[in-house]
Amino acid sequence: MIDFEMSETIENARKMVHMMAEQTMRPIAREYDEREHADPTEWHEMMWGVSKGSDMVFGGKSEKKDGEKKDKTRSERFLSSAVTIEELSWGDAGLYLSIPNPGLGGAAVAAAGTPEQRKRFLARFQEGKPKWAAMAITEPGAGSDSAAITSTAVRDGDHWVLNGTKIFCTSGQRALDKSDGFVVVWATVDKSVGRAGIKAFVVEAGTPGVHVTKVEDKLGIRASDTAQLVLEDCRIPLDNLLGSAAVKESTEGFKGVMATFDATRPAVAASALGIGRAAMDFVGDALAKAGITIRYDAPLSKLTALERDFMEMESNLQAARLLTWRAAWMMDHGLQNSLEASMCKAKAGLAVTQVTQKAVEILGPLGYSRKLLLEKWMRDAKINDIFEGTQQINLMIVARRILGYSSKELN
Amino acid sequence: MISFEPTEEQQQVRDAVASFATEQIRPAAREADETGHIPGALVQQGWELGLVQSAIPEALGGYGDQRLAITSALVCEELGWADLSIALHMLAPRLAVYPILELGSDAQRQEVLPAYTGAQFAAGTAAVMEPRFNFDLAELTTTATRRNGDVVLSGSKCYVPLAAEAQHILVYARGEQGLAAYIVPRGTAGLSIGEREQNMGLKGLATYELQLENCRVPASAEIAGDFTALFNRSRVALASLAVGVARAAFEYARDYAKDRKAFGVAIGRKQAIAFMLAEMAIEIDATRLLTWEAAWKIDRGEDATREACLARNYAANMVLKVTDNAVQVLGGHGYIRDHLVELFLRNGRGFAVFEGLAIA
Repeated sequence: MIDFEMSETIENARKMVHMMAEQTMRPIAREYDEREHADPTEWHEMMWGVSKGSDMVFGGKSEKKDGEKKDKTRSERFLSSAVTIEELSWGDAGLYLSIPNPGLGGAAVAAAGTPEQRKRFLARFQEGKPKWAAMAITEPGAGSDSAAITSTAVRDGDHWVLNGTKIFCTSGQRALDKSDGFVVVWATVDKSVGRAGIKAFVVEAGTPGVHVTKVEDKLGIRASDTAQLVLEDCRIPLDNLLGSAAVKESTEGFKGVMATFDATRPAVAASALGIGRAAMDFVGDALAKAGITIRYDAPLSKLTALERDFMEMESNLQAARLLTWRAAWMMDHGLQNSLEASMCKAKAGLAVTQVTQKAVEILGPLGYSRKLLLEKWMRDAKINDIFEGTQQINLMIVARRILGYSSKELN
Repeated sequence: MISFEPTEEQQQVRDAVASFATEQIRPAAREADETGHIPGALVQQGWELGLVQSAIPEALGGYGDQRLAITSALVCEELGWADLSIALHMLAPRLAVYPILELGSDAQRQEVLPAYTGAQFAAGTAAVMEPRFNFDLAELTTTATRRNGDVVLSGSKCYVPLAAEAQHILVYARGEQGLAAYIVPRGTAGLSIGEREQNMGLKGLATYELQLENCRVPASAEIAGDFTALFNRSRVALASLAVGVARAAFEYARDYAKDRKAFGVAIGRKQAIAFMLAEMAIEIDATRLLTWEAAWKIDRGEDATREACLARNYAANMVLKVTDNAVQVLGGHGYIRDHLVELFLRNGRGFAVFEGLAIA
């Protein structure tokens, strides 16, 4: 039956994460926004201690339960993730993204790797010092058009040799330079066959021939490092091509990693929700302190502009949340959710941009000041309309699905 | 536990209504709008779906089904998809039945409800809205004054569906204790039914203005209490009807866009059109979920005022935007009455206006 009550398990997790966000993230949020390239080492170590060895991998199979019988409590894994990600982002979106974690790189390995690869690359997240994994797709000349990447992978004996430049790689610096992590690099083995030639390769920290050449200065999510990588005759073992040998012959690699987006888009939407809610909570408190109430049941002709704006913000945020929960719920139930994943990402990115921008307007001089976190949340929010598929790309995906068009027919 | 799947029973009810909507109601939509008339045979077929009788207790002749806001939402969406005028005509008797079911006395239930459980369609209605731009459900200008054991009603009402044929009209008025509804049987002196209204949309639905002047009813005709839940159910139902109308417009525009060619290809293959359709699809799904959440809360017996009001306002905005975009997708052809999208737009605009319709 249609039900909007969160299970006790998830609600308890949410409360715990919320407490952690409030007590450990909010107090350092402003500092790591101002000191953009500093490392919140103590906090990272604390988070690593909490999440190490847990199931916090979004996308693909969890390593802990590999081979074990699926137990009932795991049937809400993606929904649970969406809820906890919202809380962490409510704390601070940049810090959330900077958590030592398998991340998008780990998600790619979990989705497209062989069992041996999953063990080889993901076991490190169960022990030792904090580690990061990242995904490197975007290039200076190829963003939304990810099939147009030009980084190459050429077979040479027992190795692949990678060449190319990647930009906008989240946690790329921490993955390669600050930990025993790895980056999953998309490269083409044969430009002439287009998409079919694109595969995913794991480049581990310490591999000669890969360098972090720049860490971006950004509008927001400043606590998260966004790296530029240059690969110059970077040699990696043959076994670092994600997927079995069969992958070389088919489009499986590309499709497999693209499929992770069905899981990661709701996760990014969930992060957006957290930022939006932070802003809504803040505005709500400020209005309450000023003695302003929102008269939900007043007729439209009597609503003040402020009430209208606030109600619109609430509705947009909740709509984005319900679409996100739906996409996650579908994932948990093994339902094909590409349409719903793109819907929730498109809506969440847009909603949180609108909510946070409007919140700054409503709060006037307070909203605009760096004395408060509201202006930072507006800056943090904007990226959600852009990464993990821009709003326009997600609309494109939704459009193709509802119209039944291929990417050739509608682009 | 979070779930977005209706029960099997709800799916069956929804599917049955959807079939009826597609096969019987939708084909009659254009003619009803042009002529202002809905065929009696169609109304009777709708009656046989049991929309009015279902929630009336068996002891009074009804089916004794549970009155769930979620089920209503599913049903209203399908009816709204088919045609709003015909939907509201079929649902109108609920306007009299549901407030009595929810807040009426045993005597009132026994006196009125059996009339709505027979084999034939029985018209009933309610008079809620008032003809002024700043109509406010919380500040009605229609008054109810006690006088010698009776209640005297005075004021003007508008948008009263089926008033001319209704056996009972529930008149909402401001009494000494606040908002109340009064059961006014057909032919009561002091209630005069005006000419049939002419509106932008809902042209297939017969609605009327009423004048109440010294309209006297016994004190036993009063239904007092907390109307909050009833009005919240109404908001959810209206929002669901709106989702239906919007979905109808979207599907029409989508199908047109796949067919219509311009610049060598179907216009659905052009970004401007494709993006409009994508946004429409997202907003319809978003509104549906907001509405379901409000309905779910109502069914749990919780105060859902905030959620229901937000859903209703969001839906009213959404259906206007979607129906407007649907006309736009059809271009010049969207502007002529050969196609239904202009009808969806005229009906869609109404949702920002309609209030207090206890049809769920």
